[in-house]
Amino acid sequence: MLEIKNLHARIAEDETEILRGIDLTVKAGEVHAIMGPNGSGKSTLSYILAGKDDYEVTEGEILFNGENMLDMEPDERAAAGMFLAFQYPIEIPGVATMEFLKTALNAQRKARGEEALSIPDFMKMVKSKAADLNVTMDMLKRPLNVGFSGGEKKRSEILQMALLEPKLCVLDETDSGLDIDALRIVSEGVNKLRSPERAMVVITHYQRLLDHIVPDVVHVLSKGKIVKTGDKDLALELEKNGYADFVNAA
Amino acid sequence: MNASLPIKHTQAETDLIDRFDAAKAHLPGSQVIVGLRDSAVSQIRDKGLPHRRVEEYKYTDLRAYMKSGAPLAGPATLDEVRAILDAQDSYGDLDRYRIVIANGRFMADVSDAPALAGEGVTVTDFSEALSAETAADLLAQPTTAGLDGVLALNTAFVQGGVLLVVKEGAAVSKPVEVVHVGTGSGALVTRSKITVSKGASLRVLETFAGDTGNGEINAVFDYHVADGAKVAATRLIAGDADPARLFTTIATIGAEAEFKSLGFIAGPSFVRNQQFVNFTGEHSEAKIYGVSMARGEGVADQTLIVDHAVPHCNSREFFKTVLDDRARGVYQGRINVAPHAQKTDGEMMTQALLLSEEAEMANKPELEIFADDVICAHGATSGQMDEDLLFYLRARGIPEDEARTLLVLAFLSEAIEEYGEDDVTEGLEARVRDWLAAKN
Repeated sequence: MLEIKNLHARIAEDETEILRGIDLTVKAGEVHAIMGPNGSGKSTLSYILAGKDDYEVTEGEILFNGENMLDMEPDERAAAGMFLAFQYPIEIPGVATMEFLKTALNAQRKARGEEALSIPDFMKMVKSKAADLNVTMDMLKRPLNVGFSGGEKKRSEILQMALLEPKLCVLDETDSGLDIDALRIVSEGVNKLRSPERAMVVITHYQRLLDHIVPDVVHVLSKGKIVKTGDKDLALELEKNGYADFVNAA
Repeated sequence: MNASLPIKHTQAETDLIDRFDAAKAHLPGSQVIVGLRDSAVSQIRDKGLPHRRVEEYKYTDLRAYMKSGAPLAGPATLDEVRAILDAQDSYGDLDRYRIVIANGRFMADVSDAPALAGEGVTVTDFSEALSAETAADLLAQPTTAGLDGVLALNTAFVQGGVLLVVKEGAAVSKPVEVVHVGTGSGALVTRSKITVSKGASLRVLETFAGDTGNGEINAVFDYHVADGAKVAATRLIAGDADPARLFTTIATIGAEAEFKSLGFIAGPSFVRNQQFVNFTGEHSEAKIYGVSMARGEGVADQTLIVDHAVPHCNSREFFKTVLDDRARGVYQGRINVAPHAQKTDGEMMTQALLLSEEAEMANKPELEIFADDVICAHGATSGQMDEDLLFYLRARGIPEDEARTLLVLAFLSEAIEEYGEDDVTEGLEARVRDWLAAKN
């Protein structure tokens, strides 16, 4: 599903190099966790996958289902099945959440040559998925993320993911700012979306999220490179010993 | 030309003075009105059109903009007017009454005066009312306007308009659209007086259809909101006309009354929308909203003075502007609070979104407070589209153009939605989309 080969990238504005040769292959049905200390390039990787133009790829390639992802605009990537759950979901005053969800879903359907959903069908779909995530009608009527608590924002991200049914889900520190209950709701929402046709990349700083969303593969990212790959026990080892061993090894 | 004149006239000023000489004999009004017209023309003759050295016109230089003065439009035929109204309906299938002012003249045959009579609203031709010996107050100027040049032009040339009187306690069930129609034959200069009696309520939709050739539009709406009455006035100025579009609202608000207005500007090259709002009774509220869009070399000016002459009144002013290319937006808002106008609550906000590097916004909020027990605040912001918002929308699959449209609409809708006249919201939002789609 996703093949990253020798990816080098820097910040466009000041040419600071962030990613220094990442190789990563994620197959359909797999959940990969990427862990790493602050500043290791985790969020940069997620933004580059989503197509943010603050970063410049200087070397390497990213293939998404065999297609060159770097040639695609952010909206084209989304329509092709890429989804980034943002670490800091953005507040958009004046755009009602419901309206936003409908616009996004129908834009993706249009890009794929599918019919727009009728309003009753759309409403039915939103209501059932929103209920699973404890997202109330009141939240859906409010402007997107405006005045939402940290937990509400993250639930709203996962609701978007559930509605848009992407092929590749990248979750950027989805656990940050969540209390135990919110973490459980969000994780259940994510687990419900695990399927043999879908791949997930879960970026996190702490092991606790991986108790809820159990990964098939764990990677350690340090100084812009993957320095260690293992199974879920690697996350436990990190939790115990910290990142120091790997940071020094890199 | 008289050598003692203080200024050298521009072509437009010369044309306007000639226009007056040619039209004078045919313009409506009693002797007292003739006198007011003469002195208004003298003001133009002596001071010229308002220009950038007049403080109120610093950013909206009408003298520099107006290159010529076209003749006043002649009467329109019913067929012409019907054809224009059929082709250009500002609010689609919205259920409403309609009053038509064509080429500056009230046109009874296409107006719903009989139906309005059933709702307690009388409709009279303003030009006929000007013939009365006591007509001078029909052209009364708000004291806060000073010697305003746009009002002087209106007084000099006013062709007609409409007088609406809503009787005491009448809640008019549907909005009343006052539509100006131009058949392309010249300038339209009108004034209308809308009196909403005690406890009555009225919603007015001010719209404009057709065109005016090279002529300007100068329209004044003079609202008198009696005690306990409620008025909502929505002004829709759209299209891509080049000649100046000059609009004035005067609102005189009694006690425990409410006046609400939205000035919506989408497109024309040069628009001045000025409002003079005066509280004359206590415990009343004025809510003044503005939505402006301009591109090219366009100028969209929203100017207002809210005069808190009495205590215990609230006013809220909320203006949004979107500018592209080299367009200029102007917001000049002043809240006056008289020495005894205690417990005044005034809140003014103006926000601009600049879509290009060269667009320019002049924000000038002012408070003049002479009372000590008041709450007044003002704010002004001006900025570019937030790239992070744009990226977020695109990352959800919304293409760039659509994402930009959504964000502009969201920005402007805050004012439209707070205005809260639900039956026009959809129509106005469609106008924003039209304006965005018209780029290039």
